[in-house]
Order: sequence, then structure tokens, then C-alpha cells
Amino acid sequence: MTDLLDFARGPALQFSLAVFVFGVVWRLVSLLFMPRLKDKSAIRSGAKPTMIAAVAEFFRRMLPKPEFAKRTRFTTINGWVFHLGLAIIVLTFAPHVLFIKSLTGLTWPALPNIVIFAVGGVTVVSLILALAHRLSSPVLKLISTMDDYVTWVVTITPVLTGLAAASHVGLRYETLLAIHILSICVFFVWFPFGKLMHGFLVFLTRGEMGAQLNRRGIKL
Amino acid sequence: MLTTEQVQIAADKFTALTGGNIAPYLEACVHCGQCAEACHFYEATGDARYTPAYKLVPITRAWKRSKSPLSWFGLGKTVKTEELEEWQDLIFDSCTMCGRCSAVCPMGIDISAIVAATRQAFAAAGMGPEDFMQAAENVRTKGSPLGLTSNKLVDRLEWLEDENDMEFPLDKKGAEILLTVSSIEMMKYPDSIVAMGKLLDHAGVSWTFSTKGYEATNFGFLSGKMDLAKLGVTRIVEAAEELDVKTVVIPECGHAYGVMRWSGANILGRKLPFEVLHITEFLADLKRAGKLKLKPLKGSITYHDPCQISRRGGAADAARYLLDDFAEDFREMTPTANFNWCCGGGGGVQAMASATDLRHKVFKIKMDQVEATGADTMVSSCANCRLTMDESIAHWKWDHGLNSLVEVMAENLIE
Repeated sequence: MTDLLDFARGPALQFSLAVFVFGVVWRLVSLLFMPRLKDKSAIRSGAKPTMIAAVAEFFRRMLPKPEFAKRTRFTTINGWVFHLGLAIIVLTFAPHVLFIKSLTGLTWPALPNIVIFAVGGVTVVSLILALAHRLSSPVLKLISTMDDYVTWVVTITPVLTGLAAASHVGLRYETLLAIHILSICVFFVWFPFGKLMHGFLVFLTRGEMGAQLNRRGIKL
Repeated sequence: MLTTEQVQIAADKFTALTGGNIAPYLEACVHCGQCAEACHFYEATGDARYTPAYKLVPITRAWKRSKSPLSWFGLGKTVKTEELEEWQDLIFDSCTMCGRCSAVCPMGIDISAIVAATRQAFAAAGMGPEDFMQAAENVRTKGSPLGLTSNKLVDRLEWLEDENDMEFPLDKKGAEILLTVSSIEMMKYPDSIVAMGKLLDHAGVSWTFSTKGYEATNFGFLSGKMDLAKLGVTRIVEAAEELDVKTVVIPECGHAYGVMRWSGANILGRKLPFEVLHITEFLADLKRAGKLKLKPLKGSITYHDPCQISRRGGAADAARYLLDDFAEDFREMTPTANFNWCCGGGGGVQAMASATDLRHKVFKIKMDQVEATGADTMVSSCANCRLTMDESIAHWKWDHGLNSLVEVMAENLIE
């Protein structure tokens, strides 16, 4: 099993990170370098500088406007829960902090394991609720694609395998850790090809929308 | 049944339209479904097919197949005949391009702009509701979707002059303002034309109509026939240049404002040599300058925001400024201004007979909104909204009043 762990920590992780970096850069560069039409309409007087408007719109869309809050409550709250949960687990679990330090040299304090376990549990429940919603809502069933389901699987698997590894449940620790790392490798490989890319694309789309609204003097 | 050639034309057009402005939007949808909650067609029917994100399927497929950074994998689905036929009513009859979905989208995807692009591909393939596409063609042959030719314009203006004992300046070189018309107003609500004339005369504005560039509506844009869109814009621009005006004023028509103000220069390929203002913006400027003297408006009223003026146009404040200190009992709807519900007839849907029942269903949302305010009368600043709502009011035998903002203002001028 040490062989499997070595494989996971070594070539598998290196390959998946390479795919992740190359894929993300390729996809972003391809989009950013596409020819764009320059807007020739007269900008509304009093508009903010475009970059400020783009950044402001990025933050503004973090929460729905009150007019939509009630109708989108579940999606918004549940979305926040699993995004925050994933962020807390990835960034503040002690072994992850060490891993990030080994990659980047950057470090910060970790949260106690018990907190991470609790957050992990909440995140798993939240992701299961997200899937249940997708499978039960006529709207979501209609617009969902294979990408949505594959992305769900590659997102929840590292959380489940991570919880199992940290709890030493079922198999030997080394085996559980190897499976956990391999599940993360799958996540990295899938990232540039599926909707996980929204983690980067969100900066482009919200920014573009912010620029457009600002040009027209629309305050949403 | 579409031919293979038509499908290929649509697919090619999809590909051509997906430039850097739209491509990130097509890549970024996370299928959260929040756009459905903002769409009046979904709200009124509960039919998941009306989900705005679902309307993007054909153009997204074409993009992923042919141009996306990942297209070299060759896994994207091709655009199919059945798919285009199935989506026609979603792209035309059940999307007013009101932009509510774009406002709610947590990713910031401008869904309504993508629907507009999709219409271009459908139009190129010869698709679209027949009556609506014919109305667009009328722009080429008759100068206007409702057949308001230059001669008819002159006749109608002369008739209105006689009826109202007033004069309409026509082709007056050196005027500061070129006032355009919506043929919907001219044919169905001529009192709006008279009202605008009275308000401008009251304020001492130097203005004129033009026999060359008068039609403000742009069915070419709405139908996706961009050659016609350009023709409509060009007529007004050439008339404005010939008359040497400083400002072109768009009448009470939402999309006419949206097209000329925000797309006109892009359609034409050069900056417009004049300012474009909606009539409410222009009147608000006159009011700020102290040039409008109005008696207080009696009775309770509420205001319906035309989507292309408020949410998509950035001019929601103008109408409210006009109503402030004028309407004695003004009551806002919930939601209002940039989040107000659409009338159901924008984006050319008003002109599609196939969408009539759907429009009536959507109007029930507006009825509920107005009734919740307790106001007796709803006013708006779009003749297209007004026509849509008038038809639905008759259909539902609703007992509330509907009026135009310029008309209620003109009726209360202090002479």
C-alpha cells in the first residue's frame, strides 16, 4: 500500500496538478484572447471607472438582491454552506496547511480537527441536499447535464475520503490517505473540463456584467 | 421542417456570434436554476421549459461543438433540426429579453443578450413567428412594422393638428431636438404624440419630426434581422445629421430606447453624433430647469417600469423624478424599478399572435402587483407595454385604469 500512497503523492498528484494548471490557463487564455466588440455607445455620465464597477459587481453578486432573496433562499444558503465548508476544509485542516506550505511556502494557523470534522459533516450534508434538489426540481432536472453530476461526484468524494482517512475508518490509514489523494487528483483533472471552472470564470462574467451595468448607469 | 442547409446556416451563425463578449457567459452557467425564479413566463406557468438557462441550449451546444477551448475533444453535440424547431417558441414567444434573469444570475451571465444573439441565428435560418418576422420586414418595405409610411406619418400629423388645434414642426432644419415616434403610438395611441408635442411646446423647446427618420421602434433588432436593425438606426441617424439636431428623443417605447441608446452606435459601427434620450429623461431635464409647470395629479397611481428603460436602460429614476411633486398619491409596486416584472409583451412578443395566451397569463402578475398597491391607475412610459397590458386588461375584464405618463402630464399642464 505504500506503493499506492507513493504513486498518489508522487506522479498522480504531479500529473493532475499539471493538467489543472495547464487546463485552467488554456481555457482562460482562450476566452480572454477572443476578439471582442468595442462598445461605441456613449457611456452614461457619472459612471464609475470600469474596473471599479467590475470588481464591485463581483462582490455584489455574492448575495441575491432582496427582491430575489426569498425565491432563491435554498440555493443561496445551501450554496454558501458547501462553498464555505469546502474552503474551510481545504484551507484550514492541519495536513492541508502543511501540504500548501510544501507547495507554495505560504502558511497560516490550522483549525482544530474537531472543527474540521464538524464542517466536513455539514459540507457533506449540504452537497447531498444540493443533489437532492437537482434531482427533485423540475427546473434543475431539465437544465442539468452530465457535467453537473460528474462535478458533484468529484467534489463530494474528496470530502468523504478525507473524513474517512482522518477518522481511520475501514482500511489502513495509508490506503485511505492514498485514496483521498487520488480523489483529489481526479478533482484537479476534472476541474478545467467541467463546471468547476466557474471558480475562475465567475471573475470574467461578473466583471463583464458590472462593466455593462455601469456603462448604462443601471444600479442593481 | 427545416432543411439541412437552414440548420447549417443557424449553426454557422451561432459560431460567428460567439465572440469574446458572449463566450465566457456560455462557459460559466452552473445550472443553479435561479433564473427561472426571475422569469415571468416561468412564474406565470410553472413550466420548467421557460427557464432562461434552458433557452441557451442551442447556442451553447454550437459553441461547445465548434469554438470552445475544449472543442478539439470533439465531444460537443451538433445542432439538430428538431432542436431548433423545439426551441423556436422559447427564443421568440416566451422571452421578452427583459433581463430579470440577468439581474438574478449569481454568475452574472447576461442571458437576455444571449437570447438576442440566438434570435439572429434563428432569423438567418429563416425561423421565427411568421407575423412577427413580417412586421420586421415591413420596416424595409413600408418604413415601419405597422406600415407607417412617410406619407401616412404626414397625414396622421395633419389630422392630429386639426383635431388638437396645434402645429407639429416637420423637417425643421436647425431644431435642437429630433422627436421620433413609435408607430404603435401613431396608430393606436395618437394622444401620446399630441401630449409630447404639447409638453415640448409648453417648455419652449426647439424641436421637429422628420419624414426621413421617424420610426423609433426597431423590429429588425428584436427579430434578429440585423440588416433591418441597421436600416432603422441609419434612417434616424441620417435624418438627425441632415437636420443638425443635438438630441434625438425616443418616445414612450422601451426597446426603441434600448436599441438607439445602447446598441445604435454598435449597429452602425460608429459613435452617434448626437445625444439619445428617452422622453422621460428629456422631460426630467426640462423639469429640473423649471420649464414644466404642472397641476397636481389627482387620484392614486402606480408606475410600471418598461424593462428596457429601467432594468436594461438605466433610466428608472427619470419617471420617478417626474412623478415626484406631481402625483399626489404615488404608490410603488413590489418589486419595482429595476426589479419590476415585465408586462409580458416586450422583445416583440406583443406582435406574436402565437404568444397571446401566454401574455395574458403573465399579465396576472402585473394585476396582482397593482392590486397590492391599492392604486386606481397604472401609468407607464412605453406604448408597447401599454398595448400589451390594454389587451390583457380587456381579456381579464380588469377594472383598473392604464395611462401613459406623457399623457397624464400633458393633461395637467398649467397653460
